[in-house]
Amino acid sequence: MNSLEQKLKDPKLCRSIVGRINEELDGELRFMEVCGTHTVSIFQSGVRSLLPDGIIHLSGPGCPVCVTHEREVAAFLDLAERKDVIVATFGDLMRVPGPNKRNLKAAQAEGARIKVVYSPFDAVNLAKEHPGDKVVFLGVGFETTAPTIAATIKIAQEAGVNNFLVLSFHKLVPPVMKVLVEDPELAVNAFMLPGHVCMVSGLEPYRFLADKHGIPAVVTGFEPVDILRSILTFIRMRNKGEAAVTNGYVRAVADGGNPKAQAIMNEVFEPCDALFRGMGSIPAAGLGIREAYGDFDAIRALGLTLPDVPPLAGCKCGDVLRGKIRPDECPLFKKVCTPANPVGPCMVSTEGSCAAYYKYQI
Amino acid sequence: MSQKLLLDYGSGGKASQRLISGMFLKYLGNDRLNRLDDAAFLELSGPISMSTDTFTVDPLFFPGGDIGSLAVHGTVNDVAMLGARPRFITCGLILEEGLDMDVLERIIASVGRAARNAGVEVVTGDTKVVPRGAADKIFINTTGVGEIFVTPGPSGHSAKPGDAILISGTMGDHGLTILSKREGLSFDAPVESDSAALNHLIVRLLQEIPEIHVLRDPTRGGLATTLSEIALQSNVECFIREKDIPVREAVAGGCSFLGLDPLYLANEGKFICILPEKFADKALEIMRSDVLATNAQQIGEVRKDHPGKVVLETPIGGHRLLDMLEGAQLPRIC
Ligand code: SF4
Repeated sequence: MNSLEQKLKDPKLCRSIVGRINEELDGELRFMEVCGTHTVSIFQSGVRSLLPDGIIHLSGPGCPVCVTHEREVAAFLDLAERKDVIVATFGDLMRVPGPNKRNLKAAQAEGARIKVVYSPFDAVNLAKEHPGDKVVFLGVGFETTAPTIAATIKIAQEAGVNNFLVLSFHKLVPPVMKVLVEDPELAVNAFMLPGHVCMVSGLEPYRFLADKHGIPAVVTGFEPVDILRSILTFIRMRNKGEAAVTNGYVRAVADGGNPKAQAIMNEVFEPCDALFRGMGSIPAAGLGIREAYGDFDAIRALGLTLPDVPPLAGCKCGDVLRGKIRPDECPLFKKVCTPANPVGPCMVSTEGSCAAYYKYQI
Repeated sequence: MSQKLLLDYGSGGKASQRLISGMFLKYLGNDRLNRLDDAAFLELSGPISMSTDTFTVDPLFFPGGDIGSLAVHGTVNDVAMLGARPRFITCGLILEEGLDMDVLERIIASVGRAARNAGVEVVTGDTKVVPRGAADKIFINTTGVGEIFVTPGPSGHSAKPGDAILISGTMGDHGLTILSKREGLSFDAPVESDSAALNHLIVRLLQEIPEIHVLRDPTRGGLATTLSEIALQSNVECFIREKDIPVREAVAGGCSFLGLDPLYLANEGKFICILPEKFADKALEIMRSDVLATNAQQIGEVRKDHPGKVVLETPIGGHRLLDMLEGAQLPRIC
């Protein structure tokens, strides 16, 4: 561990920030961490147990697995059933429940050819090894993942690997946040912005939170000190009656983001409407593959459609993702819905907020 | 090119005989096995500890060990954890047709070496050869028996509030090594399995401190899962401090890269020891004097506040549950 990392976990520094939070907090603060990695970090590091009762953190729609719509999962399962297809996916998606609680793990057990990969490049290699099959990579993720997938598509094109396809269900964070803040029942005073996503997109796309809605937002890293400092910033802004979008993660995030990553993402993908679990279709919140790269688009190449799926009875994922309830306020939490028998993806994803409450809350 | 294993070798006929005398007896032979009777004649007395385990590890060879030594260590350690001296093991093999004969020979030689080092005899065995594709190269089943020499011996049911929780060394080495080899990942610093037989150290420890309440080796599921099991079996809270849990820097780095938690990764040469607080220092001294446990640490204590649960104090002083995993740990998306 280098010395900076050490400092960002330093117990003394954490205690002193917590002390200031306690002193300066005036009334209840409800902040939303948009990113699933933050949710897990807040629990895993023990930050949550150090915060005063007046601070309520809610998990937003920032875990890529949790926001994957059941119709999208149904499409994965349909794909897995095709005899000429090998599905390549990151491990997180294996246990996400689709229609009738079926998931990719079950499909694999029944004989579907599914390969868990650690990098999308592995999927290209897989395609090279299986020239007679189509290898379809399940593209799930936000601005963080999309540029890498875009680069992978370009590499496959250059290498002439024409049996590699991407099913792009990538999603963008700012449009879904727009939906959140325009909800008249919004119950959030501040946003902890996703550090990894902002590395690519920068701060600009989030300015509207403060400018238009008067809500403070801080781009935040994932160490305890990062998180605690952002909370203190929220409190101080509120106490002064100010709202701004600031960068609390300057060591990784440039205000303008990463232009190279943006360029490659925009070259390969274009915005499209996207389905979010529990929230429905959101305009311009997804990334489809541009026509120029249509040969790599699983939707076009395989003529995929999203099957209609009845919504999950009783699952409150939508309310959890919108910050309206905490996971333990869902009537199914821990009773019907557990990691062994998940009703919604928030209970299976490593970054899911329901799973975090289940696993870490004493 | 190396010779390949034929289905004939499992036929029970001459080919099998050649495999038994040319390879198994060569590396595993001893007075009991050499008799080649239908069963082994053993002299054991008093209470006995017995355990069986099947090993299917991929890859077969990894830094720090191989499936052969692992199959001996795993079973010897399980037998020892009850306060027993492991004496005899059995070795059942399921081999895939087409396996390289020299791969098989290396593995059997490794079984022999590991058994000698652990001081146990392989007394009976079995070999099946299945058609190509019906098994993955080689599966090994080992069963071990040992004589219990302390009563009441340590058990997962015996943790008491006020006890100290010790571990014998760094966590996650084996699990991360296997994962990184299997997936062809390499990290800045090399990682190596900790696979080892712990029985000699366990015997010494129990001879000096017969009051030890629990001994367990945190294999699959790692420290977190094993402590959860103990907390449930003994109906107590296991309270541990993250800052006191030793994890090698290379393992910590590899885990953070993959989004894994070293506390859930398998260990094959480590044990948890729970005992009355007043014996903790003595136990640590004995452990640290052995090369297999130089990094031994007290990591927490047994409490009664949250029965059946493991509570972790994080480095910044926060508290959270350390739950059992549902299924395997999977590397993350972002
Ligand atoms: S507890 Fe289960 S059912 Fe309730 S919101 Fe979470 S995932 Fe959905």
